[in-house]
Amino acid sequence: MKLLKLPVAALAAMLVALPVSQAGANELTIGLASEPSSIDPHFHNLGPNNAVARVMFDRLIMPDDKQRLLPGLAVSWKAIDDLTWEFKLRQGVKFHDGSPFTADDVVFTFQRAPDVEGSPSSFGTYLKGKTITRIDDYTVHIKTERPYPLMPNDMSTFSIVSRKHGEGAKTQDYNSGKATVGTGAYKFVEYVPGDRIVLERNENYWGDKPEWTRVTLKAIKSGPSRVAALLAGDVDLIEQTPTADIERLKNDANLTLSQGISNRVIYLHLDHDRDSSPFVKAKDGGDIKNPLKDQRVRMAISHAINRDAIVSRVMEGIAIKAGQLLPEGFFGRSPNLKPVEYDPALAKRHLSEAGVGDGFKLTIHGPNDRYINDAKIAEAVAQMLTRAGIQTDVVTMPRSVYFKRASRGGPDGTPEFSFILVGWGSGTGEASSPLKSLIHTYDKSRGFGASNRGRYSNAEVDKLIEDALATVDDAKRQDLLARATEIAINDGAIIPLHYQVNTWAARKGIKYRARTDEATVATDVISE
Amino acid sequence: MSVFITRRILQSLVVVFVMSLLVFFGVNIVGDPVDMLINPEADQEDIEAAIRALGLDRPIHEQYWYFLVNALKGDLGKSFIFAEPALKLILQRMPATLELAFAAMFLAVVIGIPLGVFAGLRPHSKVSKTIMAGSILGFSLPTFWVGLMFIMIFAVMLGWLPSTGRGETTSLLGIQVSFLTLDGLSHLLLPALNLALFKMSLVIRLARAGTREVALQDYIKFARAKGLSPSRVVLVHVMKNILIPVVTVLGLELGGVIAFAVVTETVFAWPGMGKLLIDSIQLLDRPVVVAYLMITVLMFIVINLVVDILYSILDPRVRLKDVKS
Repeated sequence: MKLLKLPVAALAAMLVALPVSQAGANELTIGLASEPSSIDPHFHNLGPNNAVARVMFDRLIMPDDKQRLLPGLAVSWKAIDDLTWEFKLRQGVKFHDGSPFTADDVVFTFQRAPDVEGSPSSFGTYLKGKTITRIDDYTVHIKTERPYPLMPNDMSTFSIVSRKHGEGAKTQDYNSGKATVGTGAYKFVEYVPGDRIVLERNENYWGDKPEWTRVTLKAIKSGPSRVAALLAGDVDLIEQTPTADIERLKNDANLTLSQGISNRVIYLHLDHDRDSSPFVKAKDGGDIKNPLKDQRVRMAISHAINRDAIVSRVMEGIAIKAGQLLPEGFFGRSPNLKPVEYDPALAKRHLSEAGVGDGFKLTIHGPNDRYINDAKIAEAVAQMLTRAGIQTDVVTMPRSVYFKRASRGGPDGTPEFSFILVGWGSGTGEASSPLKSLIHTYDKSRGFGASNRGRYSNAEVDKLIEDALATVDDAKRQDLLARATEIAINDGAIIPLHYQVNTWAARKGIKYRARTDEATVATDVISE
Repeated sequence: MSVFITRRILQSLVVVFVMSLLVFFGVNIVGDPVDMLINPEADQEDIEAAIRALGLDRPIHEQYWYFLVNALKGDLGKSFIFAEPALKLILQRMPATLELAFAAMFLAVVIGIPLGVFAGLRPHSKVSKTIMAGSILGFSLPTFWVGLMFIMIFAVMLGWLPSTGRGETTSLLGIQVSFLTLDGLSHLLLPALNLALFKMSLVIRLARAGTREVALQDYIKFARAKGLSPSRVVLVHVMKNILIPVVTVLGLELGGVIAFAVVTETVFAWPGMGKLLIDSIQLLDRPVVVAYLMITVLMFIVINLVVDILYSILDPRVRLKDVKS
């Protein structure tokens, strides 16, 4: 048994001698659900990357936790004529290395952001069709070919990098930290792919002084492990708290939960296009003329869904039922739309009026790893529709397979499914984003309806959306967007279910300003 | 022996080629990486540009040809997500996984063999029965559940060990390792134990079965009769003879542990290759998945070869020669 002694002794020694790793009062460790793929702020336009970039690099306009546009590196902006926007830049701002921030850095960012080698999803989306001119050190003009009201929104999406460090810099130079010099609240310290990102406070930050001296971001993908890491005190804050654990964590005196509604609406899209839709069948399994093209059937489906039950049972109370594309407080929302009432009798009546009183067969397709409880929501919807006479099957699949099929899995790149569960978060924080992508007629050449997987098409709505996108006056644009939303929703273009509510959990004494854009940002973590 | 090895290498080349076909086509018919990569706000033009940039607009056989030509030059493609060579990404994370795998194997052997031998020598004692019952649990409890329980007990309830992550690393011969610092060791212990549990149970059962068989052999009786001390009988005569099945199985299992420590790495947020693999599968980072599986194939081939050679060293009766099938 000699063999045994050594390791056992070593184990015992380790168990006794373990240091209790307690971070200092002003240090913060965050457990993230997904890891950024790079530190280069322009490499990949995706949530986790943008959340990390946001604290190291400022933007011209900085959306706050409710996606309201606040002055960032630009102190003011206005349209000086139909085609030109003027941005006044903040003076006296220094990069992390002490070099001054000027209009040159903005001009340089305009060149670099859309054109990063190997970028899987570039910021060109927000920069194309715009030309920037440097007027003086602290003024730039941005010109567009057509009137463009979303300029401030677009300018709030990307990081301004230093020309001095960014010129010729590749993504690797940002990952190594060589070029990672911004004006942001936190400075880059270390990046170990797969493990951690370490940041430290920028003592000379122009804005509110950041609260934490040192911030460590750790990617802990598995939900239960993230919760365990918080319970064990290894991290101070976690994002995407699994809904099943929320009740239990709520009752834990050592923890604080921070919840906030997101800009993401979970909705159903239906086939508005094909006369014979592949996943709609008659009761006996035979072919049937696509009933989803009838507005009454779409409304019947909406009335047959008990949104309160979905929110209280499936989402365990952590969601808010939806009646349109964006929750309260967002620009371009209609004040007149309410969530559709659950009314099975009315649903049945609508169905008989539409000539399908006997019901039909339908398959709902949805992802099972994309939205909170997505597969369960699809199952609940299917049960409710089946009760209303529309016999509904459920098929869910991983998002890696789902989105391709839902977008272009059919013949000639058409959407494959008939009835799908999807979600949409408005990146710009206002209604034109979902209207343009989900509701407007699919028009490849003009870039409309890219995610219109139901191929909804309504000339009146299209006109309103296009007018809105060319109206710089805020009040008029608000009206146009609200009207477009009302017509589309009342026509059953999509059927909104609920808005997602996100939950952050933290050790006692720390709160998170829950962001509507779902990002976890160190500057929004505050101590009580 | 050299004939044997040459022949094995030639066979291996064929295996590698067939695997590259299977893996490449298998991975490429699933989904579309563009949907995972692109920002939802992007319009059709952006989406098409992304498809072109990744080379996904080319026919699949053409993509395979590029892959094959580059692979022969040692380039297994560039990650869609990180825009870095897939091989580099995998090698970057390999030390963490190797460390975890070897730590797990070490635990499995140093705990498993003594327990197994003990259970084999005294098959009817209460302790042996407990060990065997424990090994059944080790086999049958799912790894992720045991991992979470470890975290709950040792990190959350007792607070002895950190719950996740790798901890402090130091450089050893240019490779980052964590077993040289206390902080690193404390991070390593739980995941290694978690990964070791299944192998440990395997080793216990193999060692017990081997011991029971060997203990009845004439040469053991003879050694006893000769008056050798019981510890010498067990440590030299029994141990040496039960090691062959153990080495065979562990050799094969080592490959599995290195290549597919996925569950443990995910539960413990261990920054190794397994975590990279599972992330790449979920985000359809095809070049990384393909490169990973190709490396795995190569690894298994090498390990099997090494096991065969080890065999001949442990058991002089085994000679590697060109056996006609």
